Amino acid sequence: MATDSMTVRSKVGDFIRRNPTIVVGATLLALITLAALFAPFIARDPIAFEPINRLRGPSADFWLGTDSLGRDVYARMIYGARISLLVGLLVALISIISGAVIGLLAGYFSKVDAVVMRLMDGIMAIPSILLAIALVALLGSSVKVVIIAIAIPEIPRVTRLVRAVVLSVRDLPFVEAARSNGTRVTKLLRRHILPSTVAPLIVQATYICASAILTEAGLSFLGAGTPPEFPTWGNMIASSRLYLQIAPWTIFAPGICLALVVLAVNLLGDGLRDRLDPRISRRM
Amino acid sequence: MLSYILRRLLGVIPVMVVVGVFVFSLLHLAPGDPAAIIAGDNATEASIARIRASLGLDRPLLEQFGKWAWATVQGDLGVSMFSNVPVTELVQQRMGPTFSLAFTTMAVAVIIAVTLGVLAAWKAGSLLDRAVMGLAVTGFSVPVFVVGYIMVYFIALQWRWLPVQGYTPMSEGLWPWLRHLILPSFALGLAYVALIARITRASMLEVLAEDYIRTASAKGVATMPMLLRHALKNAAVPIITVIGIGVALLISGVVITESVFNIPGIGRLVVDAISRRDYPIIQGVMIIFAAIYVLINLVIDISYSFIDPRIRYS
Repeated sequence: MATDSMTVRSKVGDFIRRNPTIVVGATLLALITLAALFAPFIARDPIAFEPINRLRGPSADFWLGTDSLGRDVYARMIYGARISLLVGLLVALISIISGAVIGLLAGYFSKVDAVVMRLMDGIMAIPSILLAIALVALLGSSVKVVIIAIAIPEIPRVTRLVRAVVLSVRDLPFVEAARSNGTRVTKLLRRHILPSTVAPLIVQATYICASAILTEAGLSFLGAGTPPEFPTWGNMIASSRLYLQIAPWTIFAPGICLALVVLAVNLLGDGLRDRLDPRISRRM
Repeated sequence: MLSYILRRLLGVIPVMVVVGVFVFSLLHLAPGDPAAIIAGDNATEASIARIRASLGLDRPLLEQFGKWAWATVQGDLGVSMFSNVPVTELVQQRMGPTFSLAFTTMAVAVIIAVTLGVLAAWKAGSLLDRAVMGLAVTGFSVPVFVVGYIMVYFIALQWRWLPVQGYTPMSEGLWPWLRHLILPSFALGLAYVALIARITRASMLEVLAEDYIRTASAKGVATMPMLLRHALKNAAVPIITVIGIGVALLISGVVITESVFNIPGIGRLVVDAISRRDYPIIQGVMIIFAAIYVLINLVIDISYSFIDPRIRYS
């Protein structure tokens, strides 16, 4: 029994030693996710404002001080993680699923391929932040619009990645064998080709998640993202920019949080990439 | 060579057609009356009707697209609803600061990133290498406005070394122009440095393992010429590719950086257009930036064949 627990412990230690970036990234991300989930238990109301307490420095009462309306910066910072994580997760899901479907079809059917890839080249040429600004200007700002606006420019990258994988396995013997057995195309794609795309897609998903969190914050900062009444890190920085000199904590607190989350996701991605497939290059 | 360049040039056309169709359909697929969207929030019935007539929004969609595309190709990107000035003219007025910022950022980033990448690959596994790789991951994770405000707080507000914000045209002197661009370029350049340094290191590591590098150092070529002339030149293609990919990153970053440092460029033009609901400006800038992106990547594509003649024939 004792030896069993020893091996488990040494296995865990071994994993940590071999994959330090995965461990650091995942731990950091887990802590932030927990904080976001249990926000009501560890922070007070992020919207309540006390004009009498505006721009107070960090204290025992307000751990990270208050902003220009007298709102608790610590509470807003904790609640801000919710929008960031939600946007990162949903953008990654939406763009991976749609990109995978389009990429599978484009890679497998050469007739679809030419048209779809030209379309993707075109979408890739439009700077993502401008596309998002245009969509928000047309549809009005809401979390939903922001998520869609950030997901669309990511789809071409996923499509290209999946298409490349499909092209490389399409004519391998095991696919050939399944095809000659009369496997239907949908099953062929799902059962025989899709599995090869999973590892690169998981890695790509983390990178998309990181860049979506950054873009959401950038859009909120520009006033084209999540509506200003939501406590998001981008909104916090945007509404505090005039007070940088007298109340730097109002900008540094959400800024450092933002950087930490993105760093955690990027570390996780780098670690997974090294572990799952060393050949995948970053952001192609 | 000429036919190669011509072929690449022709390849630009379908991409820009897709950009055009996409941008056009954004406005027309969005719920609501395009004329009312273009006219903005405080438009009267009459001005909406006028826009509808002038843009031919009562005509069939295909005809509208043809008309719009023809005008766009001729450089007519519509008129700002807020100031009634043609979008192309507004963009021209704001071009100076934006291109200055993009140019200085690119220069700073490429010089720093290639130097760091080469050094990291040369001393692979060393403390320096780890520091560079750490910087690369961090640089990719810190948003430009956070770096920007941290720099402004310490360098401009606390130590008063550089101006907090603003822009001075080059016509008023080289130093005043540069002084205002130092902080924005470094803030914006950080992500770019991260991206390029990473690829430079990877590409250099591959080349440094080649036989001819061993031969060169065995016959006594000094370290610097060996790194630069023998290795870097052969590692250049992936580095240049990633600089092209980074242009998209740079364009998005410019929009945000101009807001942080209050630089009156094209990015500010777009951001001001959001709150005024001035859609023609957003649409026009989208097309211009897409065209710039496509052209830069075309130039990069063609430049491969000068750097590495093998590419011309494949």
